[in-house]
Amino acid sequence: MALSREDVEHVAWLARLALTEEEIERFREHLSAILEYARMLEEVDISDVSPTATVLPMRNVMRDDEVRPSLPRDVVLANAPDTYEGYFRVQAVLDTEDEEG
Amino acid sequence: MGQREYEVIIGMEVHAQLLTRSKMFCGCSADYVDAPPNTHVCPVCMALPGALPVINRAAVEATIRVGLALNCEIAPFSVFARKNYFYPDLPKGYQISQYELPLTYNGWVEIEGNDGQPKRVRIRRAHLEEDTGKLVHVNGYSLVDLNRAGVPLLEIVSEADMRSAEEAHRYLLKLRTILRYLGVSTADMEKGAMRCEANLSVRPRGQQTLGTKVEIKNLNSFKAVRDAITYEVKRQIAILEQGGTVEQVTLGWDEHAGRTFVQRTKEEAHDYRYFPEPDLLPLEISREWVESLRATLPELPDAKIQRFMQTYGLSRKEADIIAVEREVAEWYETAVAAYPHPREVYHWLTGEIFRYLNEANIPITAMKVTPDALAELLRLVEDGTINRNTAKSVLQEMLATGQRPRTIVDAKGLAQVSDEAALRAVVDEIIAAHPDEVRRYREGKKGLFGWFMGQVMRATRGKANPATVKKLLSERLEGDG
Ligand SMILES: [Zn+2]
Repeated sequence: MALSREDVEHVAWLARLALTEEEIERFREHLSAILEYARMLEEVDISDVSPTATVLPMRNVMRDDEVRPSLPRDVVLANAPDTYEGYFRVQAVLDTEDEEG
Repeated sequence: MGQREYEVIIGMEVHAQLLTRSKMFCGCSADYVDAPPNTHVCPVCMALPGALPVINRAAVEATIRVGLALNCEIAPFSVFARKNYFYPDLPKGYQISQYELPLTYNGWVEIEGNDGQPKRVRIRRAHLEEDTGKLVHVNGYSLVDLNRAGVPLLEIVSEADMRSAEEAHRYLLKLRTILRYLGVSTADMEKGAMRCEANLSVRPRGQQTLGTKVEIKNLNSFKAVRDAITYEVKRQIAILEQGGTVEQVTLGWDEHAGRTFVQRTKEEAHDYRYFPEPDLLPLEISREWVESLRATLPELPDAKIQRFMQTYGLSRKEADIIAVEREVAEWYETAVAAYPHPREVYHWLTGEIFRYLNEANIPITAMKVTPDALAELLRLVEDGTINRNTAKSVLQEMLATGQRPRTIVDAKGLAQVSDEAALRAVVDEIIAAHPDEVRRYREGKKGLFGWFMGQVMRATRGKANPATVKKLLSERLEGDG
């Protein structure tokens, strides 16, 4: 199945990727080919298989509610391109989408 | 408003932080409020490559307990999912949440409806997820603190069963009360431990199809919830009255301006690409586990209100006032056990004591007066040692100092004077000193009786037994003097 140009642009936007005109067309073809390949799975008879979120046989892997040491802050911030008084500093974002939850 | 009558349809989405010691998927402390920025952070909550999250059992158990308290079904099988989006407060580029298989679903809570009758608000689901970091906006930059990132967050989604801002407000209050009873969240909206979004639509009464639904985000106080919904209902009705159409948008609430504003239009609506979280294994929740958690539930507000009505003869409203906070309810019951006159205890607790707590802005747990001390005070009134007015000032002293009532009464010499001979002398003095008033009283100005009472009480610094004074005054004034 062939993806539309809009599909590619939408997926690129979700991934925050800026694509050139040439890339949009190239990825449209690549992604369409990948989806076409994956379509083979539709030929498998799965009427006896229930959906699953994992193929591992384990369940209920949990830990006790205990506090462990966190990292020293200089280590936390070590890879940050920009910091300010113990914070990561980034370009200003409007508060419109805060508190997504 | 307009010619037509309108119906408002409201659903709520509430987020509440769970009171665990550690975060949802790592051992960092979840107590972030006073921590310096980025000091409760580790490879897991910072989402460094290769770090693996592990589920906090206490958060799962808290969620199941909430589910039970909200009359929900508990999923026998539950899965975490990734909700993908980009924002600087979200270090992973996704939030671990739940999508298709939430921990609990299909419940209800009871609130007082618009008609004054109990009504059920259905709960669609209550699921577990993680909180985001915090952003501070300074000098054209945004500063990111990840201490809050990964704190367990419970999301409770209602069906659109509320029909007014007041119902929405009562629903929220009910949720807060339940969460606090369970001890799973402070549910403090002002501190961000409970946050709320409302979705609402308006339609002419009788119309079958729903109106356009808008979402109002970031309602950070009970007042904001009520004000924002009230505002938005008016705005939408005005649009419909003018023959316009309501746009499907996401709104914010500007508390200072007292109005909603558009945050996001439909075209920019999110596409989260949920999928099962591959780093976490599913949860299988056995009947035994659920039942062992059910056994830990305290008596819940509805049950307590019923019992208070039956046992103590309180009205629903009165029982509700006492039961809204578990600590208040417990204080009340302890006091009634020590002084078995439920109405008298209710009167003093919701009168003098509530007034003091409001003014001092402290919870009942921080108050210096114990239930036992109030009981002692009320016994002093009952056996006539002090009168009610004196008791009020003694209680003020108790609230301020924590001293026992007996100690205060003795130290200040407040014991009531009931001795007839002593009081008769005072009454005679007052009558002798005010011949004009006595004459007017005898000529029919009976209202002066209270004035005479006041004179005697003042002369005895409020300690006179009112009943005795009344009797003596009557004798003197009605007699020939
Ligand atoms: Zn961590």
